[in-house]
Amino acid sequence: MQIHIPTPLRAYAGKQSIVQVSGSTVAQALTALTERYPELRRHLYSDQGKLRAFVNVYLNDEDIRYLDQKENAPVKDSDSLSIIPSIAGGSSVAEAPAAALTPEEMGRYSRHLILPEVGEAGQLKLKAARVLCVGAGGLGAPLTMYLAAAGVGTLGIVDFDVVEASNLHRQVIHGTTDVGRAKLDSAEDSLRAINPNVKIVKFPTRLSSENALGIFKDFDVVADGTDNFPTRYLVNDACVLSGIPNVYASIFRFEGQASVFATEAGPCYRCLYPEPPPPGLVPSCAEGGVLGILPGLLGIIQATEVIKLILGQGEPLVGRLLLVDTLAMRFRELKLRKNLGCPACGTQPTVTRLIDYDQFCGLPPKSAESAPVVNGIAQMQPAELKRRLDAGEDLYVLDVREPYEFAIAQIGGHLLPLNDLPQRTAELDSSREIVVHCKSGGRSQRAAEFLAQNGFKRIHNLAGGITAWSEKVDPSVPKY
Amino acid sequence: MTSIPAALRMEQAQYDAIRKHGEETYPYECCGVLLGHSEPDANLVVDAVRAGNVRTDSAHNRYQIAPQELVRIQREARQQGLDIVGFYHSHPDHPAQWSRTDLAEAHWLGCSYVITSVLGPQSTGRCRAAETNAFLLAGSSEEDKRLEKQAIEVQSAEPVAVS
Repeated sequence: MQIHIPTPLRAYAGKQSIVQVSGSTVAQALTALTERYPELRRHLYSDQGKLRAFVNVYLNDEDIRYLDQKENAPVKDSDSLSIIPSIAGGSSVAEAPAAALTPEEMGRYSRHLILPEVGEAGQLKLKAARVLCVGAGGLGAPLTMYLAAAGVGTLGIVDFDVVEASNLHRQVIHGTTDVGRAKLDSAEDSLRAINPNVKIVKFPTRLSSENALGIFKDFDVVADGTDNFPTRYLVNDACVLSGIPNVYASIFRFEGQASVFATEAGPCYRCLYPEPPPPGLVPSCAEGGVLGILPGLLGIIQATEVIKLILGQGEPLVGRLLLVDTLAMRFRELKLRKNLGCPACGTQPTVTRLIDYDQFCGLPPKSAESAPVVNGIAQMQPAELKRRLDAGEDLYVLDVREPYEFAIAQIGGHLLPLNDLPQRTAELDSSREIVVHCKSGGRSQRAAEFLAQNGFKRIHNLAGGITAWSEKVDPSVPKY
Repeated sequence: MTSIPAALRMEQAQYDAIRKHGEETYPYECCGVLLGHSEPDANLVVDAVRAGNVRTDSAHNRYQIAPQELVRIQREARQQGLDIVGFYHSHPDHPAQWSRTDLAEAHWLGCSYVITSVLGPQSTGRCRAAETNAFLLAGSSEEDKRLEKQAIEVQSAEPVAVS
């Protein structure tokens, strides 16, 4: 008859998977086996000569322990015996998982360990958790620093920017000597200094519809630290599609908001804002300014929510939008409902894959900075403007920024803030060639489009605004 | 001493299937059998076969594969020319580390024991497979057996930057 030898015992059975033996009972067959391969004996039998408890012996499909005659059951030549060590185990609640927290970690997290809501079990959850932070900027700085300090095991960070001087008043993860470095590298150094136990996964890329799902799939929670609408919708939709909670915050000047989106029970960002605002209506921090402390406050609220989700403790900000006004120092809360008709998370979603979010948000494609024409408006490069001004050509430079911006830096343009433009259009001469500029090219594009709609024919937008001018033509013009 | 398979090698599809199984059975432990070939440098997984957890009494923190199911899986594997090279199970709300129970009840020396941590939905309503680790049951007998961390080599399409 045949005896099937399991993988681990083959080393003691001449490396064979099947051994042919003869015998008229199960016991005789097993004895024949161990006589031929004596080393097998100690693996199958205890010192008392009994089959070890974890060794199962099957006669065809029957456990011999349940046969009437047990080991003395008769066998035929056509029968087969299988030796099957048991397969079992488990994470016992009563036992600490082996090699889980090191003594160093015990000391480091001791103030967590004595909190009943965290404890060792909670700290191990943090250690096992993988959190992705989109952006290593204002929100990402406190977020990643506190998550690293708290012992989150794996921190992924998506960012493709370099540190600039204007980041330092709020992005406390970067220092003065980091200006010019990749934010990811600078952030990594700071996080390692805080907690070397954390595994840091760097994604030096712009999050896109092409890469988002691939990046998200290895994480449990995503924290959105982005500063623009296309990426915010992209993060939301990718979270909904991946089934990962989206811990959200956004900031503007002195105010911020935070919530937890894309959980099964709660709403997503699109339930709150089905459509993005028209481009340019809501200025970015670069255009509108931001109190340096504000992202610190909101980023830490995000970090708190991330930790709560991992621990499963407390009441998460699901279905609630927290509004923070730092000038009044007031925190308010709005109730949010899941929208059953939501295109992303509703009962009949229409967003079943990631789309072109620049287009969705009404922005020109990424290559527009160098595109000659955007929405019918000719784009002028700073070098071209410089050349034509130097040549003494008749160009009217229109600056549509605010007076306080004009006071910081200007390039000789005529100031007419965007919001005043409709009332003061008559001040402009539509027969002249006009170059409109703002700080980085967004507001001036809107102004140029407005003028074109009102009969102006010779309109250009200065691509990249006064910032690009400072970078490409005249570094003595301050960047702000 | 025979050579020790330092790594556990599998395709992305099997890796994903193991983790998905853990998510599906949450809050209970899932378990399954890894079929393939034991090579000098690695246990090579060709197929990950799901098995039922017969520990219905305490399925959230215990697993056991019925021996008769194992007999069947082993027979089917043999017909495909495959061996049992390991097992997998999940740890709901526990790290992907072996427990004392796991070591005490591991008997397949030279085989890989894969553990996937599955974090619960809590208030979020979803559960997620977290870390996945493999441990080789090393040693030559019940008396000196030990679980040693084993690298999982996933043949994946596109590596990402990892520091």
